[in-house]
Amino acid sequence: MAFQILLNFSLAFLWMFLSANYSANGFLIGFILGAIALVIMRRFFKSRLYIGRVWAIIALTFLFLKELILANIAVLKVVLKPKLDMQPAFFKYETALTEEWELTLLSSLITLTPGTVVVHISDDNKYLYVHAIDAADIDETIASIRDSFEKAILEVSRT
Amino acid sequence: MTILANILIVFFIAVGVLFIVVTAIGLFRLPDLYTRAHAASKSATLGVMCVLIGVFLHFWLIEGHFNARILLGILFIFITGPVGGHIMSRSSYIAGVKPWSGTTHDDLKEEIHRMKKEQGIK
Repeated sequence: MAFQILLNFSLAFLWMFLSANYSANGFLIGFILGAIALVIMRRFFKSRLYIGRVWAIIALTFLFLKELILANIAVLKVVLKPKLDMQPAFFKYETALTEEWELTLLSSLITLTPGTVVVHISDDNKYLYVHAIDAADIDETIASIRDSFEKAILEVSRT
Repeated sequence: MTILANILIVFFIAVGVLFIVVTAIGLFRLPDLYTRAHAASKSATLGVMCVLIGVFLHFWLIEGHFNARILLGILFIFITGPVGGHIMSRSSYIAGVKPWSGTTHDDLKEEIHRMKKEQGIK
């Protein structure tokens, strides 16, 4: 990924020298033309095009913001309910992620989502122990984490 | 234009203050440490972020001063807020704080028990 971005920058500079236009505008045009060249030449790269990965990161950011707002509305409801009838639970969540940065990201995302806080990560990085504030249905909570966040993170890290 | 900007600023600051008030109420009402950590790590994060966004918009749209430090502050709170909640809950569980009696399900107990035995902590 880093190599492709560097290549795109080099192509942009090459374009600036070719057109003798040393301004931000010239750089931008060169960058766009370089990106088009990378798209055309994509079958010579071993890994995925970096543009798709950048797009996945943007999608993940928006997912994060959406979940943060939903989480707070959920906590608001629990706190302001006249009767405290929530059912807290600690449950185990098996993850398919292996890299440490992915696990850190997943933990942050889970902590900021509706009613879940990561309490402990097992030593072999396989299980997350999550505390849910209102877990009437634990399997459903697990499935929703797996479908939304883990998928989005895997989309970013896929080569 | 100024009216629109003012509405936006008032909206963000009001929402932020609302979330901070909910955090405070949650700290009083919720029964145990772990549920309080929920209120403290989520609502407080979003509340402070909303207030900072309101301040940023005020200085940018009304006073014409673009303050990037506020944006960095938002980013740092965003990163460090959930980590704080995680560390507080984890260290209290290992130190032996009992969860509320209404807790329905507890997978963590065995894991911590095993970990303590392995490392020789009583």
